[in-house]
Amino acid sequence: MRTEAEILTLVNQAIGMSPYNAALGMHAIEASREGATIVVPYRPELVGNPDTGVLHGGVITGVVDGACGIAVFLRRGSPARIATLDLRIDYLKPATPPKDVRVRAECHKLTRQVAFVRASAYHDDPADAIAAAAGTFIIFEDQESPMGRLVSEKP
Amino acid sequence: MSQPAAALSELLAAARASGDFSAVVRAIPFARFVGMELTKGDGGGLVGKLRYAEHLTGNPLVPALHGGTLGALLESIAVFAVLAETESPKTPKTISITIDYLRSARTVDTFARADVVRQGRRVATVRSLAWQDDPNKPVAAANVLLLLA
Repeated sequence: MRTEAEILTLVNQAIGMSPYNAALGMHAIEASREGATIVVPYRPELVGNPDTGVLHGGVITGVVDGACGIAVFLRRGSPARIATLDLRIDYLKPATPPKDVRVRAECHKLTRQVAFVRASAYHDDPADAIAAAAGTFIIFEDQESPMGRLVSEKP
Repeated sequence: MSQPAAALSELLAAARASGDFSAVVRAIPFARFVGMELTKGDGGGLVGKLRYAEHLTGNPLVPALHGGTLGALLESIAVFAVLAETESPKTPKTISITIDYLRSARTVDTFARADVVRQGRRVATVRSLAWQDDPNKPVAAANVLLLLA
């Protein structure tokens, strides 16, 4: 069995394989079979409204999509390639500048072909969410992804 | 010394008067980060463009654009469609967005347009569509709910 620290290191390597995840500054602070918690640090380049300094909704969409994909890899523990089918995001309240955003993503149901994921975005308190999301992913059992291979790697 | 940046609300008022929203897009840091532009389409509606750059890639092996970049484009074009069609001085706030990923999006320029399906006093329902070479082969679509007041 890998330790949590080993899983976290592999997940962060996997995040780094996706240029856009890396460009957003995404990094995991917690990862297990149950799910992943990803942080995106506040940066002026990611602001959607220059008058208020609030992050663009598209930043949340990007982190949620990336975090949900990681949650599917973690739950499956196999290297199969996946792709997002759909993603719904409810914006519960504006993000507070200049706070970092955390996204907790969990794959709550897995079938042979489809994975169902839930995610929530918040600053410090998971109970005080900025956004709530639900997504589905298609699983390509006959194709491997290096990201999936990394996360599912046996020690 | 450079000129102090105009407030977004001032740029918006000017854009509504002229129908040219390009200065508004340029004033949004995240739009610059992803390389978004806004032009007038053939049919008169606004067309968003996501200029491809390496950092927008989600999966370098396919290679495919990151789903988050398409979501950002679809949400932005929905907001601009409503801004272009309403007089309200407020910037619409996104209530929710539901994105369908229809095809793997290649690492090339991506375009988007939006139709305001229904605009009430408080809420607008907008459908956005993103495509690459062929508008008849969309790569992603979204249903966006916006709070207007």
